[in-house]
Amino acid sequence: MRLDPAVSHDLLLTLLPELVLTGWSLVLLLFVAWRHQTTRDLRLTGWLTFVALVSTAIATWWLWWNRASVQGTVSMVAADDFRWVADWIFLGAGALTVLVSFGYLERERLLAPEYYVLLVFGVLGMMVMAAGADLMVIFLGLELMSVAVYVLTGFDRRRARSAEAALKYFLLGAFASGFLLYGIALVYGATGTTNLGLIGTQVGALEASRSSVMLLAGLALLIVGFGFKIAAVPFHMWAPDVYDGAPTPVTGFMATGVKAAAFAALFRVLNQAFGTLTTWHDIVWWLAVVTMIGGNVFALSQRSVKRMLAYSSVAHAGYLLVAVSAGGSSGTSAFLVYAIAYTLMTVGAFAILQAKGRAGESEVTIDDLSGLATRHPWLSFGLAVCMLSLLGFPGTAGFIGKWYILIAALSAGQNVLAAILVLTSVVSAGYYLPVIMAMYMKPEPDETAHLDVRLDRWGRTAVAAVVLGLLLFGVWPNRLFDLARSAGGSVQPSSTSTAVSPP
Amino acid sequence: MYARWLITALLIWPLIAGAVVLLVPGRLAKYVALAASLVEFAISVPLWWTFVPDGGMQFVVDRPWVAAWGIHYTVGVDGISLFLVLLTTFLMPLSILGSWSYITRRDGGFYALLLVLTTGMIGVFVSLDLFLFYVMWEVMLIPMYFIIGVWGGDNRLYAAIKFFIYTFVGSLLMLVAILVLYLHAARATGAYSFGYAHLLSNAKDLGPVAWWLFGAFFLAFAIKVPLFPLHTWLPDAHVEAPTAGSVILAGILLKMGTYGFLRFALPFFPSVALSRTVQLVIVILSLIGIIYGGLVALVQPDFKKLIAYSSVAHLGFVMLGIWALTLQSVQGALLIMINHGISTGALFFLVGMIYERRHSRLIEAYGGIARVVPLFAGILTIVSLSSIALPGTNGFVGEFLVLLGSFRTYPIATVLATTGVIVAAAYLLTALQRVIYNPLTNAENEKLSDLTLRELLVLAPLLAGILWIGIYPKPFLQRMEPSAKALIEQLRPPSSVAGQP
Repeated sequence: MRLDPAVSHDLLLTLLPELVLTGWSLVLLLFVAWRHQTTRDLRLTGWLTFVALVSTAIATWWLWWNRASVQGTVSMVAADDFRWVADWIFLGAGALTVLVSFGYLERERLLAPEYYVLLVFGVLGMMVMAAGADLMVIFLGLELMSVAVYVLTGFDRRRARSAEAALKYFLLGAFASGFLLYGIALVYGATGTTNLGLIGTQVGALEASRSSVMLLAGLALLIVGFGFKIAAVPFHMWAPDVYDGAPTPVTGFMATGVKAAAFAALFRVLNQAFGTLTTWHDIVWWLAVVTMIGGNVFALSQRSVKRMLAYSSVAHAGYLLVAVSAGGSSGTSAFLVYAIAYTLMTVGAFAILQAKGRAGESEVTIDDLSGLATRHPWLSFGLAVCMLSLLGFPGTAGFIGKWYILIAALSAGQNVLAAILVLTSVVSAGYYLPVIMAMYMKPEPDETAHLDVRLDRWGRTAVAAVVLGLLLFGVWPNRLFDLARSAGGSVQPSSTSTAVSPP
Repeated sequence: MYARWLITALLIWPLIAGAVVLLVPGRLAKYVALAASLVEFAISVPLWWTFVPDGGMQFVVDRPWVAAWGIHYTVGVDGISLFLVLLTTFLMPLSILGSWSYITRRDGGFYALLLVLTTGMIGVFVSLDLFLFYVMWEVMLIPMYFIIGVWGGDNRLYAAIKFFIYTFVGSLLMLVAILVLYLHAARATGAYSFGYAHLLSNAKDLGPVAWWLFGAFFLAFAIKVPLFPLHTWLPDAHVEAPTAGSVILAGILLKMGTYGFLRFALPFFPSVALSRTVQLVIVILSLIGIIYGGLVALVQPDFKKLIAYSSVAHLGFVMLGIWALTLQSVQGALLIMINHGISTGALFFLVGMIYERRHSRLIEAYGGIARVVPLFAGILTIVSLSSIALPGTNGFVGEFLVLLGSFRTYPIATVLATTGVIVAAAYLLTALQRVIYNPLTNAENEKLSDLTLRELLVLAPLLAGILWIGIYPKPFLQRMEPSAKALIEQLRPPSSVAGQP
């Protein structure tokens, strides 16, 4: 299906998933204004959100099925497999978060159904980011997502830590947006356009004549801006505090959706606009090395599971940066596979962690999990699978993702980067294994230690789905590979766009 | 029909049985597990007769797994892996039977993990696809990690994580090396495949990269063997593991390292592996392992630790035999791999049995118990003698072949290695004397009960193995010979092998 963005009917079709979700968000807003009193209202809103996310996923699927693509290159939005797969990641992360949130919101007495509306806005922003073929669209999506997530972070407004996290996130996020916007401005100054395809053409032409300082400065600022959002070292300072302070389901959502969206946009910008430029490969190379080492080493010394997972998500950003550095279609495919695996395992880990928290959410240290396996064998099994998957152990999806990234890096000739990736993975065994050791190998401190562990039916469903997915993709990744491969091919340096003459 | 399903059945059956063991009530778990492992052994036994010693791979099954990436489920055995598979299926029922009174909590989990471990170990030995090999190599890590960590001694957490991380470092770098080989072969031929034969035939002209790749494989396997100075995880893991864990660690897991050298590191990178530098390094490290392992064993107060260090020494002989690359030395090395599984396995069982009675592994806690437990003392003596390599036992055949074969290649090193045999006699005979012969001083030892029927059932097959290989090793050597010969011819120009008996 070829869609011409100049025709309004086609443009609407291109934006179908976003429009569906926008429609649903309006419905949800009205519904929330009407009913926001009881637990039952909260549940109803949650289910409506779930339906909204699923129907958006179906709309996305419809476009994917019909092989929708955009005619011509000067379009504000892209329609390619990369976008659809990225959308599924965001929608999946959102839907799992909804399932996990039911029990959490009721236990913490957060009876405000606006939570779900914000979640929908966040997902919508992510989808816009992944769809953007223009720096302005990407920026719009980023802001929509960020503002929603700032509020979600501080959603538990009675808790000081939650409020602190929200403020910190907002201030640093605003800074990051500033960097990004300034970068966009400089790139516009150097090339005269914000369209990714057109920038790509211009960059190719510039490279031949002279390298523009303004362009390079713009690129550097763009990378810094995205670096904040993906929590790459040295721009990760906010991550541990914000992840720690935010309500646990929100942390899971942030660690997966926000990160995946920022990465998706980064892939598009670097490959489509700056694909012919080689400068950023070095920058990303160093960023990846520093992030992998930093994230893993900092995570080693954490006692709180939530903080440990926060630093581990920094480390995983480093692994994903290896895929960015590898570049090309195999790097992009590797990113998608890894992002799917990472989303599953991280949401699962936070969901189970949340079951351990008491009302008022006190800190859960690794030792607090001692002997959990004797009381809750299934929850422990789930957490163990998530940990092994995060570690990248064969038989789980985490391994498949890491394997794909290694292949991408090695075929791009990045042997040293691959070696650093596996060596830092070994370090990560030093903090993932203690969780398993605590659950299975240490005795219960006393009989009442795990009485408060409770996960409601839907939380359990989400965890079961995650664990099954991790094991299934770990053993039978064929379909996942096919999907990622076709999607990875669609984000390419725009060599075809040379047909369009620069303005 | 049989040939097509045999290995797959060996891999799948323990997984099914493991799931069943988890489902049945705890007190039945051990019976089900024992029955399952006996069935597994019964499935594997016909391999002994149906295997045709011709130097090639047999019982090969090849099915696509992730076809787009050239990942296949390819399995098969040759004269090198045949005995390791049989050793695995032979030791598993004994390990399960030997744990009956030792494991007192969470029985189901323990026996299920042992069965899953069986799949992993056999998988490592039969994989002919490097992706499958890597997966199996890692998969067997988890059950062992849990066996040490949950059912081990007081210091089990430290030992478990040390074991895990040591193995993990090596294996991840090996993964990178496998992927580099894979991409290299794909560039050369255009075909993406992890198949053993495909990678083997395209592992040439790697240039200086071959050194790095060999280094990665070397690290993974050397940690597993373990080669000095990478052996430090082994005493901890052996001592802390429950009896069955120690038996399997020593009996089978260590052999994965030497097997890896034989199957992968040597054939893939012969020019690096047989360069003077690498030969020198390996021979020196093996010698240090033999002599240092023996000397450290000499001063151990803990019987289990003594056996652990003796493993370092035994595996040093294996490495020496492999790198000497003569027919006798390679066959001897293969035989020591089996012998070590039987003898050291038996020693660990015996230590475990006496530990269950007295809750002490210290040598000085015993003395003169031959009068109290004559059966135990007799069997311990026979097994110790076989470990020392007394003629007439299995140990002698293996070490003799290695020394004989290695002398042609490394005369000086072989002479030095021979002193290792003397050290072995020194530490084991001293320990034997202090445990069972000296005067009985500790009153607690007077009440010791002798071996039960179940314990005799565990030890009897091992004793039979010791004597069989010691007296009539021909059936073993005969089945190994073509594969060993093929390996040597592949690595060395035929002229240098010719003229040997």
